[in-house]
Amino acid sequence: MVTDFQSPPTQPQAAIFSSPGRRVWQRFRHDKVGIAAAAIVALFFVIALVTGLCAWWGIYFPYDPNATDLALKLKPPSLAHWLGTDNLGRDVFSRMLNGSYISLTVGFIAVAVSLFIGVTIGAISGYLGGWADNVIMRVVDAILCFPTFFLILTAVALLGPNIINIIVVIGLVSWTGTARLVRAEFLTLRESEYVRAARTLGQRSLLIIFRHILPNAAAPIIVTAVLGIPEAILTEASLSFLGFGVQPPQATWGNIITDGKTYLLDAWWLIVFPGLAIFAAALSFYLAGDALRQASETRSEKK
Amino acid sequence: MTTPNLLEVRKLSIRFRTDGGFADAVNNVSFSLKEGASLAIVGESGSGKSVTALSLTRLLPEPPAEIVHGDIVFRGEQVLEMDLERLRAIRGGGIAYIFQEPSSSLNPVYSIRSQIAEAIRLHRPEVKDVDSEIVQCLAAVGILKPEQRMRDYPHQLSGGMQQRAMIAMALSCRPALLVADEPTTALDVTIQAQILNELKRVRTQFGMALILITHNIAIIGGLCDQLAVMFRGEIVEYGDTGSVLQNPQHPYTKALISCVPRLGSKEKRLKTIEYDWLQEA
Repeated sequence: MVTDFQSPPTQPQAAIFSSPGRRVWQRFRHDKVGIAAAAIVALFFVIALVTGLCAWWGIYFPYDPNATDLALKLKPPSLAHWLGTDNLGRDVFSRMLNGSYISLTVGFIAVAVSLFIGVTIGAISGYLGGWADNVIMRVVDAILCFPTFFLILTAVALLGPNIINIIVVIGLVSWTGTARLVRAEFLTLRESEYVRAARTLGQRSLLIIFRHILPNAAAPIIVTAVLGIPEAILTEASLSFLGFGVQPPQATWGNIITDGKTYLLDAWWLIVFPGLAIFAAALSFYLAGDALRQASETRSEKK
Repeated sequence: MTTPNLLEVRKLSIRFRTDGGFADAVNNVSFSLKEGASLAIVGESGSGKSVTALSLTRLLPEPPAEIVHGDIVFRGEQVLEMDLERLRAIRGGGIAYIFQEPSSSLNPVYSIRSQIAEAIRLHRPEVKDVDSEIVQCLAAVGILKPEQRMRDYPHQLSGGMQQRAMIAMALSCRPALLVADEPTTALDVTIQAQILNELKRVRTQFGMALILITHNIAIIGGLCDQLAVMFRGEIVEYGDTGSVLQNPQHPYTKALISCVPRLGSKEKRLKTIEYDWLQEA
């Protein structure tokens, strides 16, 4: 038997490249824009979590977001009120903090809903193939024909604009892209040699889907999920702006802008700051998602 | 009466339904294999070798594939009449496969250990100490330091090591028959020799029967007792390896053997198979 000429040297590279997740992190780490964006996302997340929990316990910071004081109405940013006050004398900074968890909750849960539906349907369609795939994809095409935003608007108007309805409706109409992506991944991966190898080992279909195909499709799925969050945040902000979002007095970034637009010429701070918050949250999610996509693209890389 | 055959294939015909009608892939193929015996199926691309091999556990996608007629009997059971549960037990547990491309046959997101562990849990749930079983299988195929190597991911192994890991995975199910579908085609020549040696060794060590599928007639000597030559979906010659190689009857077999380059040969060009010539002969 000829196997070895000398014992192999100790292998330092084994520590560098191990699991696929760690390899993605290795590459993501060196992406400065991605790290910065991820840090901002994390900051938003912490803010939303803390203010959300505080609001749960009835603690508000720095002021009660719903306390009105007409003597203080439409005051520009100052040391006492960092981002000014609105037409009812409510502190804009407090309202924005209070609204942050609404935005992020909508973003995360709506994406979770759409991911669940999209991955399930895409996986079934791609794995089965044939006529089942054809039927499912034509249904997806039909859903894609609807102008999404008006569909959401109509559904929320009919069901009533509360946060749960908004989340569910956004999730229910935005899964089509994920489904198509997952289907395409499954169509390729189910023909792969290791899926065939799993079948020759006698593995059952369900386990092939979950153990062998899904983890290999994980990278693009995670990326679309991350990119879907700002989409949902923007949709919620747009709905709030149009008055079909979460209802006042609960503050959201969108409805602060709606309330403020009347005073646009006198009180710019009512619009600029929540606008910036929406912009920064969406941009940092997009950039972080894009960096993640680049870090997870292993196909161009040599094995 | 002699001992019953481990595998018996009788008059098997397989065709594929295509838009332009039926394409016959395998025609009236018959062969048999005793426990622990070994058979090489040799033939060119498209001669039906792999289709025959995959049909043994009904792994062909049906449709478009269609088994027209024939019997496949494995350990006295009719494979073509089995339900999916039974087939799944046979796949891997009774008949295990290794394929040409080891780098793509291993799932890139799992370590070698978890992939072999999956195979063991599937077919031998009674095994308590899975890790030591994995180490044993990896060691059997000549992988050094198996305790460390099993934590590696497929991309950390060379092609030869990956193919060894595939063989180890097949072994871990303790199959009665190992089907090696062009196991060395993707590897370079020195590694080919090593892999063939490993196959030979584990075959005797684990007492498995072996079907080796190849288009390279040069590698079968010494590894397989029997040889079947396939040409255009039919077995044109079938017999003991030695006698077929020394005394080929069918013109295709003769042509195939004459294509193997020999050290010290005076000929300037390597031979190829000319089909006009085949039809005349």
